Amino acid sequence: MILGDLDERDMLKGLRALLAEQGIANAAEIAERIAATDAANPGQGAAMVARAWTDREFRALMLADGTKAAEAMGIPMRGLPPLGVLENVPGLHHLVVCTLCSCYPRAVLGYPPFWYKSAAYRAKAVRTPRALLREFGTELARDVAIRVVDSTADYRWMVLPERPAGTDGWDAARLAAIVREGDMIGVTVPSV
Amino acid sequence: MSNDVAADLADRVPRAMHDLGGVPRFLCEAVDTAPHALDDFDREVDAIRQILGAKGVMSVDELRRGIEALPEDVYRRLSYYRRWVRSIASILIEKGVISEAALRAHAISGAGR
Amino acid sequence: MTAQLAPGRRVRVRLDWPETRGPCHIRTPYYVRGQEGVIHRALGRFRNPEKLAFARPAEELALYHVRFDLRRIWPEADADLLVELFESWLEAA
Repeated sequence: MILGDLDERDMLKGLRALLAEQGIANAAEIAERIAATDAANPGQGAAMVARAWTDREFRALMLADGTKAAEAMGIPMRGLPPLGVLENVPGLHHLVVCTLCSCYPRAVLGYPPFWYKSAAYRAKAVRTPRALLREFGTELARDVAIRVVDSTADYRWMVLPERPAGTDGWDAARLAAIVREGDMIGVTVPSV
Repeated sequence: MSNDVAADLADRVPRAMHDLGGVPRFLCEAVDTAPHALDDFDREVDAIRQILGAKGVMSVDELRRGIEALPEDVYRRLSYYRRWVRSIASILIEKGVISEAALRAHAISGAGR
Repeated sequence: MTAQLAPGRRVRVRLDWPETRGPCHIRTPYYVRGQEGVIHRALGRFRNPEKLAFARPAEELALYHVRFDLRRIWPEADADLLVELFESWLEAA
């Protein structure tokens, strides 16, 4: 391995200096990119879910073309991988994983959480998914089938969870507040 | 686990170290579900990778290849974004975008900053 | 397989281990290789990541969501599975 004696923090300092010197990336560009990336957060995905629960046309768009639905919510998607949406329905629950690395719908959920990138999550999701869900406090009924989605290539996948009972008459803002990051990956389900 | 681990699919085939679906040694490990905040190092590495991709200097596929080429003990030991830095550096050197000597010199002169 | 594969079509993932032949980058997880699955849906055409990873000219390939019964891979798995796979990894089953 090259530069095996260098600490990665020092390598970053070296990279930063060289990329600036070569006009590839300067400090202002990097700061701007960090700010733009930090701005993406699970609240955006939650707003999409809540709108899908309250707007039939939007729901159809979201299931047909997640990228267009995200754009309709003002989320920048240009140049990003296409977004696919997996609909949970009675009797079928989706769980997203990337067993090869950490592909994650960052445009609508932000940075992937630590657990999503962990070896234990990646190993278990495709082999002991029901037990894995229990680690997140999620106990699915035996008659609910699990469909694991191993995100291996060019799409990024988010789950459209089922709208929980007890939310009749709620508006989209109130609904969005109950949708968590894990609900849109399938490790948890929204509840009230 | 009901399977005999010694006869497990994951152990029978020439699986790469990052190809982790169903791998027995991680099935007994609890998932750490606690939130872990990213630090400034993590954010900067992430941003640099995005810029390199957007400018066509280096693709996400190359980033992954560089991570997958790390020695297994290094892959296991390093944090997520430390793997990225090693991959970015080795790919940029391989492509002649930067030189190993220049990176070393700047890393050392900038050390501790 | 180059012709568009319709949903429901049975396919088998090539049983191949490029890992044993030198540096490579593959997006087909080891655990589906040699396994039989069903085309779930066509996802469009994307550039071949196995070549992009080496900055080589990369042709576009059809990408499919392929559905598998996970229990046939691991009896304890109690789930089915969708994986994005490129046409270059699929054979008629």
